[in-house]
Amino acid sequence: MPVVQLANLVSIAKTVGANRIVPAVAIPYPLGDMNKSAEEQKSLRKQRVEVAMQALLTTIEEATIFEVKK
Amino acid sequence: MKKAVHYLNQFFGQIGGENQADIAPQLHEGHVGPGMLLHQKLAPVAEVTHTVICGDNFIGSKTDEAIEQVLTELETIEFDIFIAGPAFLAGRYGLACGALGKAVQERFRVPVIASMNEENPAVEMYAHELYIFSGGANAAAMRKDVKKVADFSKRMLQADKLRPAAEEGYFSRGKRLEAFDGSNRTGAERAVEMLLKKLNDEPFHTEMPMPVPAKVAIAPAVEKMEEATIALVSSGGIVPKGNPDHIQSASATKWGKYEVDALYELEAGSWETIHGGFDPSAANQDPNVIVPLDAMRELEQEAKLGSIHPYIYSTVGTGTTQAEAARMGTEIAKDLQRANVSAVILTST
Repeated sequence: MPVVQLANLVSIAKTVGANRIVPAVAIPYPLGDMNKSAEEQKSLRKQRVEVAMQALLTTIEEATIFEVKK
Repeated sequence: MKKAVHYLNQFFGQIGGENQADIAPQLHEGHVGPGMLLHQKLAPVAEVTHTVICGDNFIGSKTDEAIEQVLTELETIEFDIFIAGPAFLAGRYGLACGALGKAVQERFRVPVIASMNEENPAVEMYAHELYIFSGGANAAAMRKDVKKVADFSKRMLQADKLRPAAEEGYFSRGKRLEAFDGSNRTGAERAVEMLLKKLNDEPFHTEMPMPVPAKVAIAPAVEKMEEATIALVSSGGIVPKGNPDHIQSASATKWGKYEVDALYELEAGSWETIHGGFDPSAANQDPNVIVPLDAMRELEQEAKLGSIHPYIYSTVGTGTTQAEAARMGTEIAKDLQRANVSAVILTST
């Protein structure tokens, strides 16, 4: 059962043994952005979740950070 | 005089060798076998008033039953400390000392002291729970190992000031306590000294050892996302308003499981974060910024994933020890496996 971790503190996620990691936006709102409208935040959120799903579909050999395209 | 209970296996308990390894637990008055040495070394602070003996195979295969029998017997007597072994490199004996010691500590709230060789597998399993002294590989080390355990036990019973694990000689329990180091130098002075040693390639000891990270086996990828059931788990403290499970805002030891099957999103006012490690205003305004249920529902409707597991799982990840986090993670993973979840999206703050 693969797990993908969406985390702002990527280095900590890696240190504690997470194998599939997707960088998040910020500590208090990993999948939001207080400078954006609700609609923009939702589309940003969906985009990150899609990267996370792609990470779950990817066969990896070592702990991997999946970059998010801006 | 304080009272000590001593635990031995069938061999050191002088009942017999491998052919007696199936005997059930028994409680004897006074000391048995190496207990005499322990009794002498504990004087004049404490005495061995009782000895528990159990066959290694009995406690190994019927662990719960053996522990319950011993605890029931111990209910009938009074004691101040429980000493197990030394178990040296004996694996089954070490596991018995660990499992029983942990149960005795939890039930009777007395200190439990054990002794094992560093290669004994029980060290890794129980060193965080009990005081396990580093001992020899076999009974040739009996005198030395018993003395270490007895000396420490006496000081503990007299409420003497105890020193860090490495100085006392027991395996690190992974606990940090604030203390003065006796040098009267400030942290800044000690830090600079440490830095200079590091720059000069000289050996130095950190005052804050970090846990060694465990490698986690890599799980195979999801094959077909459109057939997969995805669960949402978070350490960001998102819970139904009012925090029904009373999950702690820091140093959490609890996790919660909340039904979201009928929900299209996590609505502000119905859900909140109880995480004590960041400003909660953004998440309270829109809990989906931590648990992205709304985005997942859209993807579900677009058939980009099979389904969303009907429950979300939540705890708080601030000040939480790695040991607690690992336990909670294991418990949540078991629940997800029982429900045939295909994969997990874990969000952390």
